[in-house]
Amino acid sequence: MPLLEVSKLSKSFGGLVALNNFNLDVEEGELVGLIGPNGAGKTTVFNLLTGLYKPTGGTIVFDGRNLRGRHPHQITKMGMARTFQNIRLFGNLSVLDNVKIAYQVVVNYGLIPAFLRVPPFYRREENIEKSSLKLLEIFDLKKHAQEKAKNLPYGEQRRLEVTRALATNPKLLLLDEPAAGMNPQETQDLLALIKWVRNEFKLTIILIEHDMSLVMGLCERVLVLDYGSLIAEGTPQEIQQNPKVIEAYLGDEEVAAWE
Amino acid sequence: MQKKHLSVLIICLALGALFAIVQVGISNGMISGYWVTNLFLMGINIILAASLNLINGFTGEFSLGHAGFMAVGAYAGGVITTNLGLPFPLAIVVGMLAAAVAGVLVGLPTLRLRGDYLAIATLGFGEIVRVVLMNIDYVGGASGLKDIPDVVNWPIIFVSVVLSLLLIKNFVRSSHGRACLAVRENDLAAQMMGVNITYYKVLAFVVGAALAGLAGVLYAHYYTIIQPKEFSFLLTFDVLVMVMVGGLGSLTGSVVGAVLLTTASAFLQAIPELRMVIYALLLIISAIFRPQGLLGEKEVTLRTFQKLGGVFNATSGSKQTQ
Repeated sequence: MPLLEVSKLSKSFGGLVALNNFNLDVEEGELVGLIGPNGAGKTTVFNLLTGLYKPTGGTIVFDGRNLRGRHPHQITKMGMARTFQNIRLFGNLSVLDNVKIAYQVVVNYGLIPAFLRVPPFYRREENIEKSSLKLLEIFDLKKHAQEKAKNLPYGEQRRLEVTRALATNPKLLLLDEPAAGMNPQETQDLLALIKWVRNEFKLTIILIEHDMSLVMGLCERVLVLDYGSLIAEGTPQEIQQNPKVIEAYLGDEEVAAWE
Repeated sequence: MQKKHLSVLIICLALGALFAIVQVGISNGMISGYWVTNLFLMGINIILAASLNLINGFTGEFSLGHAGFMAVGAYAGGVITTNLGLPFPLAIVVGMLAAAVAGVLVGLPTLRLRGDYLAIATLGFGEIVRVVLMNIDYVGGASGLKDIPDVVNWPIIFVSVVLSLLLIKNFVRSSHGRACLAVRENDLAAQMMGVNITYYKVLAFVVGAALAGLAGVLYAHYYTIIQPKEFSFLLTFDVLVMVMVGGLGSLTGSVVGAVLLTTASAFLQAIPELRMVIYALLLIISAIFRPQGLLGEKEVTLRTFQKLGGVFNATSGSKQTQ
């Protein structure tokens, strides 16, 4: 059984069809790429999966359970995590607190221990702190643990976003343009990081990306969206040859010129 | 761990000393009646400012309904002791519960509102409470609830302030407090990190309102007479100024703000016409020169004093060597 089964998923905003009859099955352990021109509906897919948008039609089944009517925080607890295209860290909080908040999905305690500081509080708080620091150490951010997240350099903010998403202990990780704004060297480092994370944490990943070198270097399977519809699906090599994809990216006339 | 026990001990000793000095001052008349009143008011204001800060500063929900929550607590507590003749501790419990319920009632429907719109809606709530109270004869209508038992003394005020601050501090420095901060920083990302933003927004209102209710019960049982007109927008404004001057998101800042402004208004009592002018000026000046408030988001802790002490020792030490 696939980890994620999306069938006939649609979303309209008024008269605008952002996503139309989108189907996607993702097996456990896969790394799937989602590409397409600007405004093709890629981020809409992520917003639907994570529960930020309510679908106009279609179903999403994640880990054997239908996601209809579930709130975003509940979906996160089921094991889906994401990063954002435009970085959305908790800027004024420390790097450590950013990770702690996410790790609270895994370990938490009730209000009474919080207010009255009874035993579960100290034990679990220590667990949250230690685990968060360990995660920061893995991603080479421990030295910045007490700094405000907004003061980190751009590349490290991106890394913190991934760290924070992983702290929720996900089965499925959705990465929304992780290489946006990165230079080629940073992109190469990111590529290595994603590969490593995937093996280390046994993750299934869906990746939205514009940077073709990243998509081609990482993904086993690529889906192409254009105007809210799936226009192609296949291995990176197949996608590169697909005339419909070339047309979507470069327009009709250029294709004619190529030929 | 040793160090932590030591700092708890130091804080307890300091609080004990503060309590004893004021208690002695009150009982042998060294502190005049006027300043005793202001001291009690200071305590009530600290509770109000700290609880408003929980909603506005830590959770980032800009509420202007604090006078309303305080009124609900004051009247609910007043009814318990005055109309029903029940004991004062029960008045505290009922006053806090009633205000907490009001917090849910305001928190839930206004969840979708942000910024200015939330401020206007909560402001409206405060005015509704005031007008409704004015029209209920059971609690005295516009002339107010009279003959409330005079039971509030220095120990009660002191313990209430310390416990309120301790509860808010414990809340803020817990996983739940971090969740509130996450809601303030970026509610979309907070949702994606598994934070139930609806729950935490309402929770902040409930805890903040309950403590405002406690302040109301204390207020009612100190002044022995409460009128709806006292709980107008101006009261919320007073508290808001304390929070802003002290620093949104700093608990010790709220204490500093409440102490400073209560003291200032005690001195300004002689010129009541100018009081609000000076208040407004303070807010404008602090907004221009220090928009984050005196303390910003920082807290004054024992370590702050240690650092200050360290600087002081270092400078005096270097003088000796010269």
